[in-house]
Amino acid sequence: MIVDIRNLRREFRMGEEMVRALNDISFTITAGEFVTIMGSSGSGKTTLLNIMDCLDRPTSGEYFLDGVDVSQLSKNELAGYHNRKLGFIFQAYNLLARTSALENVELPLMYNKKFSPRQRRDKAMETLKNVRLADRMHHMPSQLSGGQQQRVAIARALVNDPVMVLADEATGNLDSRTSYEIMMLIQELNEMHGKTIVFVTHEPDIALFSKRTITLRDGKIIKDANNNHVRNAKEVLANLASLTEIQNP
Amino acid sequence: MKIVNLLRIALRAIRRNKMRSFLTMLGIIIGVGAVIAMIAIGQGSKQSIQSQITAMGSNMITIRPNSNIQGGARMDAGNVQTLSEPDVTALRNNAASISALSPLVSARGQAINGPDNWTSSLQGVSSDYLSIRSWPLKEGVVFTDQDVKAATKVCLVGQTVASNLFPNGDDPVGKTIRFKNIPFRIIGLLDKKGENAFGQDQDDIILTPFTTVQKRISATIYYQAIFASAINDQSTSNAVDEIQQILRTSHRLQKGMDDDFTVRTQAELISTFTSTSQILTVLLAVIAGISLVVGGIGIMNIMYVSVTERTKEIGLRMSVGARGVDILMQFLIEAIVISITGGLIGVVLGIAATRGVSLFLHWPTLITQSSVVLSFMVCFITGVFFGYYPALKASRLDPIEALHYE
Ligand SMILES: Nc1ncnc2c1ncn2[C@@H]1O[C@H](COP(=O)(O)OP(=O)(O)O)[C@@H](O)[C@H]1O
Ligand SMILES: [Mg+2]
Repeated sequence: MIVDIRNLRREFRMGEEMVRALNDISFTITAGEFVTIMGSSGSGKTTLLNIMDCLDRPTSGEYFLDGVDVSQLSKNELAGYHNRKLGFIFQAYNLLARTSALENVELPLMYNKKFSPRQRRDKAMETLKNVRLADRMHHMPSQLSGGQQQRVAIARALVNDPVMVLADEATGNLDSRTSYEIMMLIQELNEMHGKTIVFVTHEPDIALFSKRTITLRDGKIIKDANNNHVRNAKEVLANLASLTEIQNP
Repeated sequence: MKIVNLLRIALRAIRRNKMRSFLTMLGIIIGVGAVIAMIAIGQGSKQSIQSQITAMGSNMITIRPNSNIQGGARMDAGNVQTLSEPDVTALRNNAASISALSPLVSARGQAINGPDNWTSSLQGVSSDYLSIRSWPLKEGVVFTDQDVKAATKVCLVGQTVASNLFPNGDDPVGKTIRFKNIPFRIIGLLDKKGENAFGQDQDDIILTPFTTVQKRISATIYYQAIFASAINDQSTSNAVDEIQQILRTSHRLQKGMDDDFTVRTQAELISTFTSTSQILTVLLAVIAGISLVVGGIGIMNIMYVSVTERTKEIGLRMSVGARGVDILMQFLIEAIVISITGGLIGVVLGIAATRGVSLFLHWPTLITQSSVVLSFMVCFITGVFFGYYPALKASRLDPIEALHYE
């Protein structure tokens, strides 16, 4: 069990009012699972993911990450978790501007004392190759398309070999074709590298790429179901390609 | 995070905002440049005064008559007449710490050589005078004790007198000039001594046996001063004590009566002047120090702007594993790099400015190692001090809020 969440609540005080972003949530995720979290805007997806990424703390309830009660960890220990156990992918990519793709990917390794500059460079290059951006290493974010930027961000999330990758609307800013390319990478990560993936989206067709979908509404889990017809992103892309060929022979 | 990585990040951030970083450094550059130039000027003038005074003869002791209350009337110092022949004899016989003695009797007047004339000071001294003043001869010989006894009309001339009385460059030694219509044969030419600490031309002088001035010009038995030389540096204060005792006895001063003479040493002169120039140096350094503080505030200001501007970056760094202390160090090192780079440029500029001052204004300057080290350390401290609060602010940001900052 890599994630064990019990009776999780997160409340925000807005002046007089209390916003219950997460209201008594419990679920578990086993290592190697690919879980999608669905829900309409404001349902609490980002709040949940921030807590799972240890950037935020719950108001009450328990969160065990890889068997460790996260609430007992010090700030510096949490920084170590961000650095070595967790990888986070944002909707807005959040790359450092005017910093090359390679240096962006190197960033997490800068905070890992085990890496020498040489090893850091090699590891970042290798990771960029895995997301098929070997030829864009020295490009600045402004010289990359949205899909390429998100692939850099994925490489950055992977470079420290995390046990779990969390993505918040990672395809939210991308067209469907580019979204499928990203999903193909995510599926590869899950199937070939055995990474646990938690993928937040509000697009139902994106949810079809994972085996399990947790649906939130108003801070509660309203559905937690397995998907028996998982789509394969590679095939979807191939179909798309042949379709284009038929349209423009 | 390793310090090398932090340095790399700091340098990258500075390079990315070249103009702004430079303007931020400007305060520090001017501050450090000013500190170094100001201290160099202060130290330079101190050193040149010191060396001038030492050049007068470091063991030199000067005894001058002092206005003493005599019959209730305080007399003008220039007219006081208390030093005379018996004093010199008493000192010569009884003062163990003194190696040389010379009275001084001077007269101003016009010296004439044919068509050329020059108003100068004729100073009557003993044959020891030049050794007391550590003043070598350039040419010729010094008059002897025999000349003193006989009040011979011989003289030594300073360079200024020589060049004014012999404008066509003739060798003055062996020539005869007239001073107040009395012929003096020049037997020696003094070495160039330059200006003294008060800006007077020391080469505008004619030296002759003091007896000659007393008998042939001034008709006086009194001296304007007595110069003495202590046997070495350490015995100067002993010599002063001895002189005081001997002269009090020779002047028959009762206990409780004030001295009717003043004894001064070079050391006292040096310390008077150095303390004045010390005050000057401190004053200049304070002014320069203030500009350093202003520079530091500039750094603080820019670092606050920089932290706010890079809030999102800070959030991102935290989300990939930066600890609070990593963020703190990142901004602190950036501030220190800015201040130290500014300091380096400031040092170069300060040295250049100092060179310029000596070259174009001909002021004496002295760049001391300590002023460079000091201003460098001040830079480092400025960076730490003024960089700390912005860096602390950065390190305490909440990662989620920081990530959503626009
Ligand atoms: N920092 C916050 N302060 C106050 N309310 C918040 C904060 N973050 C989220 N919320 C509220 O919590 C609810 C869930 O937000 P969020 O998790 O961002 O939803 P989603 O990601 O599913 O769109 C929303 O009503 C939102 O307004
Ligand atoms: Mg959201």
